[in-house]
Amino acid sequence: MSTAARNRHPGINLGNTDPHTHAQAEETLFGFWVFLMSDLVLFALLFATYASMIGATDGGPGPKDVFELSSAAIETGVLLLSSLTMGMASIAMKYKEHPTRLYGWLGVTLLLGLVFLGLEAHDFVKMASEGATPQRSGWLSSFYALVSTHGLHVLAGCIWLTISIIQLAVFGLRSEVKLRIMRLSLFWHLLDVVWIFIFSVVYLGGLA
Amino acid sequence: MPTTEGWWPLLFGRLSYDALPFYSAIATAAASVVVLGAITVVALITYLGRWRWLWREWLTSLDHKKIGIMYVVIAMVMLSRAVVEGSMMRAQQAIALDNPGYLEPEHFAQLFSTHGSIMIFFMAMPFLTGIINFALPMQIGAREVSFPLLNSISLWLTAGGAGLMMVSLVIGKFSTGGWSGYPPYTDAAFNPGVGPDYWIFAVTLSSLASTMTGINIAVTIYKKRCGGMSPFRMPLFCWTSLCTSVLMIFALPPLTVATGLLALDRYVGTHFFTNDGGGNMMNFANLFWLFGHPEVYILILPAFGVYSQVISNFSSKILYGYDSLIIATMCIAVLSFTVWVHHFFTMGQSADLNAVFGIATMTIGIPTGVKIFDWILTMAWGRVRFTVPMIYSLAFMVLFTVGGLTGILLANPAIDFQVHNSVFLVAHFHNMLIPGLLYGMIAAYTYWFPKAFGFRLDEWWGRVACGCWITGFCLAFLPLYPLGLMGMPRRTQEFFEPAYLPYTIVAGVGALFLLAALASLVTQLVVSIRRREELAVPGGDPWNGRTLEWAIPCPAPEYNFAVLPIVDSRDAFHAYKEKGTAYLDHRFYSDIEMPKNSMTGVVFGIALAAASFGFVWHIWWLAVLGVLVAIAAPVARSFVLDTTRIIPAEEVRRDHEAWLARLRKLPPADRAVETTPQNRGLAEAAAA
Repeated sequence: MSTAARNRHPGINLGNTDPHTHAQAEETLFGFWVFLMSDLVLFALLFATYASMIGATDGGPGPKDVFELSSAAIETGVLLLSSLTMGMASIAMKYKEHPTRLYGWLGVTLLLGLVFLGLEAHDFVKMASEGATPQRSGWLSSFYALVSTHGLHVLAGCIWLTISIIQLAVFGLRSEVKLRIMRLSLFWHLLDVVWIFIFSVVYLGGLA
Repeated sequence: MPTTEGWWPLLFGRLSYDALPFYSAIATAAASVVVLGAITVVALITYLGRWRWLWREWLTSLDHKKIGIMYVVIAMVMLSRAVVEGSMMRAQQAIALDNPGYLEPEHFAQLFSTHGSIMIFFMAMPFLTGIINFALPMQIGAREVSFPLLNSISLWLTAGGAGLMMVSLVIGKFSTGGWSGYPPYTDAAFNPGVGPDYWIFAVTLSSLASTMTGINIAVTIYKKRCGGMSPFRMPLFCWTSLCTSVLMIFALPPLTVATGLLALDRYVGTHFFTNDGGGNMMNFANLFWLFGHPEVYILILPAFGVYSQVISNFSSKILYGYDSLIIATMCIAVLSFTVWVHHFFTMGQSADLNAVFGIATMTIGIPTGVKIFDWILTMAWGRVRFTVPMIYSLAFMVLFTVGGLTGILLANPAIDFQVHNSVFLVAHFHNMLIPGLLYGMIAAYTYWFPKAFGFRLDEWWGRVACGCWITGFCLAFLPLYPLGLMGMPRRTQEFFEPAYLPYTIVAGVGALFLLAALASLVTQLVVSIRRREELAVPGGDPWNGRTLEWAIPCPAPEYNFAVLPIVDSRDAFHAYKEKGTAYLDHRFYSDIEMPKNSMTGVVFGIALAAASFGFVWHIWWLAVLGVLVAIAAPVARSFVLDTTRIIPAEEVRRDHEAWLARLRKLPPADRAVETTPQNRGLAEAAAA
């Protein structure tokens, strides 16, 4: 086994399938992990703010009045599925499967991301139409801040996915493109992890 | 002018002629200085025909040394403004007994807000970031930081924030909410003007920049060390930089969240920190100080690293207690996250909670004490040379210990209740930050200046500046301790207690010394540039240095090392000199790949600064446009694949051999002539 096969960073390593990019990945991917750590601190603080504002409804609607478990559950399913398809895309890229597979998996991931955003926007509009706007109470302010920060991350991920698909078409599977897709995939999985906490703490916790 | 209807608000938001600073002679004068200064700089560059040079060699450069130097330039410009502001406040208080003085209360409040915000975010942070950027890659034997483009983006975000601070002097009024900007005072209900918005956006730009810098520096230290540079062989400055960057990664997001949520309160009408609607300002206090306390150590640890280098270097000894210094630094970094409540002991939490945080705070005194003893023992039995950086280090050790003792006093909640919100606190944190941070940064500037520009700074003017900084600090801030114990509140524009006056007058005299210190630094720079031929140190090693950055020419070449070094001990360059292997011809040279210039950082920083200005003045088209450009710039850049250029091995060989040939003709300098023109940058130890 050559030294290239050694895992150089957490997550899917290119290893022997592309030793040149694999060597570059160590520093780049490590840096991205560190960024994700910093991003997680941001979410942790939004969670803490949310937790401290549970009950600060100022006489307005509370979780049981505005949350719908079915909708949140569908969103969770869609996002978890998109993480799976993103994983399949990473594997297709690593093992140099037929390019249409990589395009396909990335495309499906993008689609699921957009569906998730659509469902979330629909929820927000519905809540607002019932008077549960961010301006109504401290609790709602913190709810919208937490959930839409996650939503903005998913939106950023969708833009990134689109650009990656374009770059695949323009440049093919160059090292630069591969490294970007590897980081995108870490980013996407992280959003999944954050969403699991949102689903558990905000929705399940709120409706319990 | 019709400023609330028609096309005006669409184009200019709430900007109107009232925003110009003609409401007071002093504000007009200050704005004129900024405008004239900017015009002079632009005119000078145009007259000298240096725009292209500036753009190619500096603004778009991804060279870590140049980025570091640009950070320090920002820091020094902002230092000048903030020192003047501080002196204005001292002058006001020196005449403020039963006298409204020359500053309106509102103007005074703006001054302490800008003074604090600038000193922390646009003086201290850029200064230490610049010094780390400049020195650290060379110390670990690297050619670049891990992410050169990200580095440039951080620089330009910081520059954008600093620019916003300068614009706020000319257009509109800055916040009167202090550097910590507490709501609900800064909420829209009480402060609908642009002031808090300027504060929010300037601080947020700086916060984002520092987060990215932290990531960049940490990854550089983990992944870019040269062969043989195991963690426990790194110079201590690298260790303190590592701790600072880890703190940046974890501690800046709370600030981003705090300012972000405050912005939502002000712009969208949410209820995070408002008095009504279920808001809770304690969340702001917690978020802000969750950043604010680690920030203190972000500021001070790099200076500890500089002192460690300087004291070891100018005592001609290996650093005493290297391992204990690393452990102490790590302890401080961890403990810094456990003490934030001591910034608001009086805000209503239980006595038990205060006791926990009080004890945690006192604990930090232990690792800090360890460091002081290590530095003293480094000097013991060494051959100590009293150069400018060394004098700063000595002043630091004495004054910082005094400040630390008052910190232990403040850590006791019972005492804190007595002196909170008094000038005792002002005395304490200036006592920590001026000797702790500023002296360290000026020492670093003096120490590494030759590595950046190829000549030393004038020693005599350096000593004058140093004397003024020390005298000025003692006169301006030590009287605030008794004043605080007498009960004088901080941020006081006028007072009616005659007993305060003698002390405020002494403090006012101290401010004059601080102004003189600033003037001496400027003079030192001008004098040094004029004497640059005399002060040149082409040998590269003016201080008989011990670490790798002194093994290369002054100024350092773009690629730092012609051939990447391999080290087998701590203080690697010192070891080379002992073994006589410091200046060897290399047999093999290889092509060196360096990052090409990029304008992405410039565009990104300016776009976000413009967007911020748009948000501050509700000029929505500008805000949206700025954000879109800021998104587009890195996306566009991601389509550029040709991002590096090759420096051919032959060129590297030629330059390196030319330097070695020149070096061998230089007279070796004994340490007795270190500060004279006889010092050409070749140490006697190496020549022997």
